[in-house]
Amino acid sequence: MLSKRLVVCLDVRGGKLAKSIKFVDTKDIGDPIAKARQYYEDGVDELVFYDITASRENRDIMINFVEEVARQIFIPFSVGGGIRSVEDATRLRNAGAEKVNVNTAAVKRKELISEIARAIGSQSTILSMDIRRVEPTQEMPSGYEMVVNGGVTPTGIDGLWWAKTGEELGAGELVINSIDADGTKDGYELNLTRMIADSVGIPVIASGGAGKPEHLYDVLTEGHADAALVASIVHYGEYTCRSLKEHLHNRGIKVRLNY
Amino acid sequence: MITIIDYNAGNIKSVQRACAEVGVQAIVTSDPTTVTSAEKIIFPGVGAAPSAMAYLEKKGLGVALTKAFEARIPILGICLGAQIILDSSEEGNQKCLGLVPGKTVRFRIRNKLLKIPHMGWNEVKVVQPHPLLDGIQPGDEFYFVHSFYPQPADKKDVYAVSSHGGDFCAALGSRNLFAMQFHPEKSGRLGLQILERFARWDGTLTG
Repeated sequence: MLSKRLVVCLDVRGGKLAKSIKFVDTKDIGDPIAKARQYYEDGVDELVFYDITASRENRDIMINFVEEVARQIFIPFSVGGGIRSVEDATRLRNAGAEKVNVNTAAVKRKELISEIARAIGSQSTILSMDIRRVEPTQEMPSGYEMVVNGGVTPTGIDGLWWAKTGEELGAGELVINSIDADGTKDGYELNLTRMIADSVGIPVIASGGAGKPEHLYDVLTEGHADAALVASIVHYGEYTCRSLKEHLHNRGIKVRLNY
Repeated sequence: MITIIDYNAGNIKSVQRACAEVGVQAIVTSDPTTVTSAEKIIFPGVGAAPSAMAYLEKKGLGVALTKAFEARIPILGICLGAQIILDSSEEGNQKCLGLVPGKTVRFRIRNKLLKIPHMGWNEVKVVQPHPLLDGIQPGDEFYFVHSFYPQPADKKDVYAVSSHGGDFCAALGSRNLFAMQFHPEKSGRLGLQILERFARWDGTLTG
């Protein structure tokens, strides 16, 4: 039986680690590679590096960064932020990323998902989704709306519909990030996570809102997620990866503890 | 010195970097004579069996690998490299190298909660001792990404199993050949240890 995964997300800006709160206020908090290595040794199951500059000028810096990560980290890691083409995805994959995350560019042109899945495989193609709660309407019956450009631009696209469409187009995994919960430390959005996890046949990584170990437990049980993504609660040293996994293990969740 | 076979099937660099991490020098080649004269061979690979076999045959690498196996050069297969050493694969009904009797089969799972590909960390249980699996403890997990798995004809060739809707073969071996469905290069310290042991392995069941 597969273990539930603990995923740590590192926002990277020009090779530096940044942490955003509600996607707006960002500050640099250290060397991402040193942090990544620390989490790797502490038992994180997977890492996500998010290039928050997402600019074309930054592409080569990001490729070099990914190569350096791949020399230091011997577990799967993915890269996201500003991936707009098959070429972007393939370069990152060849530099050593196990998977790539697409987000805004896929909303603008959904064929991008199938193109990347064909080039590097569905198992390496993650669809990241930033979603906010809205009043259910005819266009957005799930009551959740896709938001793009780092969580600032509403799209009018139904979140649940987009998740299912992403799977049909070949995404092998979904990151479900709740804009409402992000940065609050009040817990993941369980309703949203469960709604999507129950509607697709691919793994779901829950993101946004982790403040304490109980929140991870809740989203992996009640939220039906396959993996829980955390950021600030480990970046600032409140919890270690080990302590989060031990909490889950002690409450009967199968996690990887031997490493 | 380890020779990694590059046959246009996935990210070879990650295997090379993992070797570097454990202090083992590794070169990457798609030249058959480099393969047959190698000291040790890693046969990695991610992707589909039919295109991989086509490329191996075109480059003469299939023949080279068979010769290396006959010459008792230690060989380590990883993922797709653990599948196409068998007689055939259900993936595209592909005839394979036939170094070990058996076939590669697709997961057939009815439980909706179990997803395919089998992707993530899963426990590997050793069912028969092997020098490369020395030190693996109950509960040790490794990283998998696959929709097919190797099924040796003879149970004596199965060295470890994992479970996804039932047990499946996670590691197999025959003489100087050992192969694993999981990715030692992506499995943290425990995976790196297997690569380290392979670098020291003499290709026998006692060494």
